[in-house]
Amino acid sequence: MAWRLRLVPEKTNIDFFRLQFITFGTSVVLTLVTFILVATLGLNFGVDFRGGTTIRTESTQAVDVAVYRDALGALGLGDVSITEVFDPGFREDQHVAMIRIGAQEGSESVTPEVIERIETALKVSDPAITFPSIESVGPKVSSELIWSALLAIAAGCAGIWIYVWLRFEWQFAVGTVVALMHDVIVTVGVFSLFQLKFDLTIVAALLTILGYSVNDTVVVFDRLRENLAKYKVMPLRDLMNLTANETLSRTIMTVMTTTIALLALMVLGGDVIRGFVFAMLFGVFIGTYSTLYVAKNIVLFLGLDRSDKPKGGKVTDHEFANIDA
Amino acid sequence: MQNASVWKRLAVMAVCLLGFFYASPNLFYGRVELHNDAAKAIEAAGFATPEQTAALAQWPDAMPNGLVNLGLDLRGGAHLLAEVQLEDVYAQRMDGHWPEVRDALRDLRDQVGAVRRQPSVPEVLRVAITNPEGMAAAVAAVNALATPVVSLTGVGQNDIEVTVEGNDIVVTLSDAEKTATDSRTLQQSLEIIRRRVDEVGTREPTIQRQGADRILIQVPGIGSAAELKALIGTTAKLTFNAVVSRTTDPAASPGPRNKLLASMDEEGVFYIVEETPVVSGEDLVDAQPAFDQNNRPAVNFRFDPSGGRRFGDYTAANIGKPFAIVLDDEVISAPVIQSHIAGGSGVITGSFSVEESTELAVLLRAGALPAKMTFLEERTIGPELGQDSIDAGQRAAVVGMIAVVAFMVASYGWFGVMANVALAINMVLLFACMSLIGATLTLPGIAGIVLTIGMSVDANVLIYERIREELREGKPPSRAIELGFDRAFSAIMDSNFTAILTAIIMFAIGSGAVRGFAVTLGLGIFTSMFTAVYVTRMIITTWMVWRRPATITV
Repeated sequence: MAWRLRLVPEKTNIDFFRLQFITFGTSVVLTLVTFILVATLGLNFGVDFRGGTTIRTESTQAVDVAVYRDALGALGLGDVSITEVFDPGFREDQHVAMIRIGAQEGSESVTPEVIERIETALKVSDPAITFPSIESVGPKVSSELIWSALLAIAAGCAGIWIYVWLRFEWQFAVGTVVALMHDVIVTVGVFSLFQLKFDLTIVAALLTILGYSVNDTVVVFDRLRENLAKYKVMPLRDLMNLTANETLSRTIMTVMTTTIALLALMVLGGDVIRGFVFAMLFGVFIGTYSTLYVAKNIVLFLGLDRSDKPKGGKVTDHEFANIDA
Repeated sequence: MQNASVWKRLAVMAVCLLGFFYASPNLFYGRVELHNDAAKAIEAAGFATPEQTAALAQWPDAMPNGLVNLGLDLRGGAHLLAEVQLEDVYAQRMDGHWPEVRDALRDLRDQVGAVRRQPSVPEVLRVAITNPEGMAAAVAAVNALATPVVSLTGVGQNDIEVTVEGNDIVVTLSDAEKTATDSRTLQQSLEIIRRRVDEVGTREPTIQRQGADRILIQVPGIGSAAELKALIGTTAKLTFNAVVSRTTDPAASPGPRNKLLASMDEEGVFYIVEETPVVSGEDLVDAQPAFDQNNRPAVNFRFDPSGGRRFGDYTAANIGKPFAIVLDDEVISAPVIQSHIAGGSGVITGSFSVEESTELAVLLRAGALPAKMTFLEERTIGPELGQDSIDAGQRAAVVGMIAVVAFMVASYGWFGVMANVALAINMVLLFACMSLIGATLTLPGIAGIVLTIGMSVDANVLIYERIREELREGKPPSRAIELGFDRAFSAIMDSNFTAILTAIIMFAIGSGAVRGFAVTLGLGIFTSMFTAVYVTRMIITTWMVWRRPATITV
C-alpha cells in the first residue's frame, strides 16, 4: 500500500444535522447581520460604482500620507482619501499609494485640468512621483454599472435555478439558490464589515462564487439523487448524511486544490487583484460550508416525494413543481 | 477493460497536438508580434523594407501566428467612453435652415408680411409671420425646402416637419431624419476618431460604437487618457484651394505661394494648388450624400454666410477651372466649376458610387467632430504597471500550478501524475483556444486561469474518489476504473454546465475586464472537461493495458 496524503479518513460518519440549529442558525444570523451592516456601514464602493477618480502613485521615496493630504487639501476637491499600498512583490524602493477623489459636481468625469493640478501638486512635494494608473468614472455610468452588476447576479441565480430544477427536483433548486444567495450575501457582508473596496471586479468574483458554490452543491445533490434510487427506505436525513460523508473526501480535496491556487494568487498576484482574489477565496469556503449546512437543510425542510415514479405515467414530483412554480 | 477505439484515441491525440501547434506562438510572444506587425505593414504599403523582411523572418509563415491579445490593464494604455451630444447637431441643422427659410418667405412678402425668427429650444426653428392669411402659402413654401431623407429606413419621408402654432411656423427635423442624422453623426465621429488615432499608429486600437450615442475608445501604448483626448480633439484640416496645375511628377516645383499635394484616390497624380485657401472647413456647415439632376450620386454641401460669399465670388470668377478639396494636405477631389455657386451651397459631382458619395460627405464633415463629446469614463494604465501585473500573474500561476501538482501527487500518487499531465494539456489547450479566437487576456483573466488550475483537477478528483469507492467495494481494478469514470460523469457534467452558465452570463452582461475573466473561465471549463474525461481516461487505460496491474492504489 503506497503512502497517500489523506485529509479525510476513508470512512466518516459525521452527522451534519446534529447541530443544525447552531449551524443553520448561524447562517441566518450572518445573512441578517449583512443586511444591517450594509444599511449602517454601507459598502466602500470603488469609482466604478460611485463615480470619481482613483490615482495610483509610485515613488522611490516613502509615502507620507499627511504630506499628500496637505498637497491636495489646497485644491478643494472635496472628498479625498489616500491610502498607502503594501505588497510583498514590490521592490525595496517602490512606494505605492492610492488616491481617491469623489465625483466632481457638475461633471460626468474628472476633467484633465483637475488631474493635471493634482499631478503638479504632488510633484512639488515629491519630485520622484509617477502615476502608473488613473481611472475616472462619471456618475452617469457608475449608476448604470451598479444596475448591470445586480442584473448579472440575478440572471446568474435565475439561470442556475432553472438548470437545477430541470435536472433535479424543485426542492433542490430552492436549496441550491438559497445556498448561493447566502454565499453572495455573506461575502458582501465581509466586504462591508472590513470596508474593503467594492468594485466591478468584486462583482465578477461574486459571480464566480456562484459558479463554484453551485458546482459543489450539485455534486452532492447528484450523489443524493443516486442514493435516493439506491436506498428507498432509508430516512431522508440519514440518506443526506450518508451522501455528504461519501462525497466529503472529494469536497475537501477540491477546496484544497482551489485554495492552494488562489492562495498563490493572493500572495504573489500583486495588490491590484488582491481584493478580487480575497472575495473568491472567502467564497470558496463559504460555498463549501453552505453545501454542507445550508442547501441540504432546505431540501430536508421542504421534504421530497419519494414514492416510486411510474415510468412514462404521471410524475408526482412534477405535479408539485407545477403547483408551486 | 475495454480499450477505446483507435479512431477515438487518434482524435483525442490530434486535438492535443493541434493545441500545442496553436498555442506555440505564445511562447515566442515578442518574435511573433514583430512578425505580425511587419506582415501588416508590408501588406498596407505594398513593399517591404529590409527591417520588415528581417522581422518577418523571425517567425516561419507556415506556423500559426495567432496570439493571446493582452488587455489594456496588462499592456498599458488609455480607455475612454465618450457620449456624443446628438442634440447639438439638431440645433446646428436648424440654424443652418434659417437663412433658407427666411429667403423663401421673403419672396412671398406680399402674402405673408414680415418674417421674424422667434426664440425657442435649440432643436426647433420657430418663425413668426405678421400676415396670418398667408400661412398656407408660407407653409407650402417652407415645405418646398424639404428634401427626401437619404437612408434605408426613411424612404419616402422628408427631412423636416412643418407645423403651424398660432402665427408661428414651427420647423423640426422629422423622426426619420433624426434617426438618419444620429447614425450619421455617430458614424462621422467614429470615422474622425479612427483617422486621428490611426495617425499615431498604435497597435490594435479599439474604436467601437456602444449603444445609441456612445463610443468606446481603447488605445494600447498611449501615455494617458488626457493625451488621447487631446488627440481626438484635434480637428482635421479641410480647405478648398485654387488649382494651378495637375502633374504626375512628385518632384515638380510648385512655385512661390503654391504647394504640391498628392491626390487621395488617383495614384501618382499630384496637384499644384495655391497655398491660401479660398474657403476652409471651418466655414462648412453641412455635407450630405445626395443625387444630382441626372440621378447620379453626389454630395451636397453648405457654407456659412461669410464662407458662402467668398465661395460664390470665387466660383463666379473661375467657371470652367478646377478647384481642389483638400483634407489634411491630400486632395480628395478636384472638380471643375460648372457654374457660379451662389447662396453658399453646392454640389460635388463626379463618378461616385452611393458608398463613395456617402464616404465623401463623411470626410467633408470630418473636419471637425460633428458634435461635442462628453467623457463618461476614462482610464489610464501605465505600461510598467501592466508589466508588473503580468510578472506577478505569471509568478502566481507557476507557484499555484506547482503546489497543485505536488498536492495531487501526494494525494493520488501515480494517478495524480496522470491528472497533472492532463492539467498541463488543459493549459496548452486553453491558450490555443484563446489564440484561435483572438481573446483578450486581462488581469482578472489571469486570475481566471489560476482558478482554472485549481478547479480543473476537480473533475479528476471526482473520478478518483469514485474509483476508490468502487475498489473499496471489492471491484477488480479495470472494472473500478471504468465505473469510476462512468458514474462520475453526470456530476462532472452538471457541475461544469452550471459554471459555464455563469461564465456566459458574465460575458453577456459584464464589460471590459469582467468579460476577459468570463472568457478565460468559460474556455477553461470546456478544456478541463475534455482533458479530465478523455485525456486522463486515455492515459489510464493505455497504462492499464500496458502494465496489467493485479491491484491498484488510487
